Amino acid sequence: MSAQTLYDKLWQSHLVHEEPDGATLLYIDRHLVHEVTSPQAFEGLRLAGRKPRRPAAAVAVPDHNVPTTNRAGGIADPISRLQVETLDQNCADFGIVEFKMEDVRQGIVHVIGPEEGLTLPGMTVVCGDSHTSTHGAFGALAFGIGTSEVEHVLATQCLVTKKSRAMRVNVEGELGHGVTAKDVALAIIGKIGTAGGNGYAIEFAGSAICGLSMEGRMTLCNMAIEAGARAGMVAVDDKTIDYVKGRPYAPTGKQWDQAVDWWRTLVSDADAVFDQEVHMDAAAIVPQVTWGTSPEMVTSVDGRVPDPADAPSEVKRSDWERALAYMGLAANTPIEKIAVDKVFIGSCTNSRIEDLRAAAAVVKGRQKAASVKLAMVVPGSGLVKQQAEQEGLDRIFLAAGFEWRDPGCSMCLAMNADRLEPGERCASTSNRNFEGRQGQGGRTHLVSPAMAAAAAVAGHFVDVRKF
Amino acid sequence: MRAFTLLDGLVVPLDRANVDTDAIIPKQFLKSIKRSGFGQNLFDEWRYLDHGEPGQDASNRPKNPDFVLNQPRYQGAQVLLARENFGCGSSREHAPWALEDFGLRALIAPSFADIFYNNCFKNGLLPIVLDAAIVDQLFRETEATPGYALQVDLERQNVTTPAGESFGFDVDAHRKYCLLNGLDDIGLTLQQADKIKAYEERRKAEAPWLFV
Ligand code: SF4
Repeated sequence: MSAQTLYDKLWQSHLVHEEPDGATLLYIDRHLVHEVTSPQAFEGLRLAGRKPRRPAAAVAVPDHNVPTTNRAGGIADPISRLQVETLDQNCADFGIVEFKMEDVRQGIVHVIGPEEGLTLPGMTVVCGDSHTSTHGAFGALAFGIGTSEVEHVLATQCLVTKKSRAMRVNVEGELGHGVTAKDVALAIIGKIGTAGGNGYAIEFAGSAICGLSMEGRMTLCNMAIEAGARAGMVAVDDKTIDYVKGRPYAPTGKQWDQAVDWWRTLVSDADAVFDQEVHMDAAAIVPQVTWGTSPEMVTSVDGRVPDPADAPSEVKRSDWERALAYMGLAANTPIEKIAVDKVFIGSCTNSRIEDLRAAAAVVKGRQKAASVKLAMVVPGSGLVKQQAEQEGLDRIFLAAGFEWRDPGCSMCLAMNADRLEPGERCASTSNRNFEGRQGQGGRTHLVSPAMAAAAAVAGHFVDVRKF
Repeated sequence: MRAFTLLDGLVVPLDRANVDTDAIIPKQFLKSIKRSGFGQNLFDEWRYLDHGEPGQDASNRPKNPDFVLNQPRYQGAQVLLARENFGCGSSREHAPWALEDFGLRALIAPSFADIFYNNCFKNGLLPIVLDAAIVDQLFRETEATPGYALQVDLERQNVTTPAGESFGFDVDAHRKYCLLNGLDDIGLTLQQADKIKAYEERRKAEAPWLFV
């Protein structure tokens, strides 16, 4: 057989049937479900008199609508509450395991999948959520689907899909001090654009990627969708296997050994050919800050807001102008001169233990700037929260004037009560700076956890390398 | 699902790149557990001057007169003309639900985001990819010509302008078949149940940990 990419291997091992034109019936091993994109799928099953084919392959969790304070008081907004109750009811009716709001294992779906060992190397993982690409960090084929496909997977355990083209992004060398996976992700998007990965599955490779922790790899794969790719992935190595070992849903005993034997093969062959290769120099990447309303509108912390007059095309120029007007920024403003009103540390991109440690290390012994109205830390799961508290991170944040919240999506998309008011500017560790994403009229700047923490202390963006 | 065969539809031009699904249908409307009724909140933050909440009657809300969908000449449009990477961001199928519920049937852009593109076909909406230069031309013609309509023929895979100029487009055979016939593909997949079963048996032997 000719040399295969990691993506080829994952695809091949899940192929149920392929039509001559490439339309493929692909088997799905793990289906993660949350409250926002599933109600209509369950309703569809009911209307058609269908049942889930393998309920045990699905696991559900409410995360988008859940409150991050006073959880015992329940959900105040009746429409949000109904959506979460609908998930509870659907899981009960169809025999699907759910980590409910009160469960310590509850958290953002893309945090708890890996944490529980629900995500394993070599799996196909889907969820009605675009950031499902996160799970590709484990050498899995993971991608987001729409609600009709959620229903399709529930009913058939398969998807009808077509293979994407393969792209490899090689990041070679060593990342500088204070430069994180988030900065790598933003730098890649800055280079290839938010549509650069359209139609591709991206494998992240190179010595800098090997050097990342599993948390860092998840951050990177999480942002693959922001580069337009449905799936991002990293080859399996010792770090992958060490992370998975002992997780509640990971195999044990003889099956563990058997699984590890297969997982070790989940790397691209040395002479595998990709449809496109991108090369980046890790040492050249510096902390990134987005300045506009698309993740590709990004620059270095030591840079300036660009001038639309310098835009490479007419369409881009009007995009940049519109973005600057929305963001309330003047062209050529130094990034470090931009003051922030709020700081959000959380989301499926950056709410894992390592992210909270990085933020806490910056905050320790310092104080939130008086001009910053709110700095909130929202752990990705109940278990992350627990671990952070055991390490004393909560006390560091609280002593610095930050808020320490309960797990959920929170101000990443502001479906619950956590949001920006019109005109407010936020340093956020989330993944999207779209107009209105964190609240109507809100202005989002995407950064790493350390950069967000530093902005909270300084009251404006600062270069965490000099902080 | 509603079948799509032939359409002769008024065109509305939305001249922005990277229109994301958060803009197509903002998050507060995602709290609904229904599939219908999203049309009135399509592009909510651009279309109205106030802040919209679910369950509100949109007919009395102040509209933004500058937003293209509110302009009298584009009322009743069935074809949306857009720029590159339309539908990027969240996987929310509420975006095609809102477009379809509003009355749109076909979307034309130089590129679409993958998940969104896929979701359209499940909802009787036809996303059409044309060269950026052709899309540019269509933008110019639409803006210059009140009542500008395009004919979209899915069977023949082409778009025809009022002047009779025709542009072909690609569409995957399976998607085309489902859309032409208004078929839900779950039923089609279930016809392959024996293949799925055979795969599961084989896989269970190779990788038993996946089936606990
Ligand atoms: S944290 Fe944000 S991006 Fe991640 S799943 Fe939740 S809403 Fe989506």
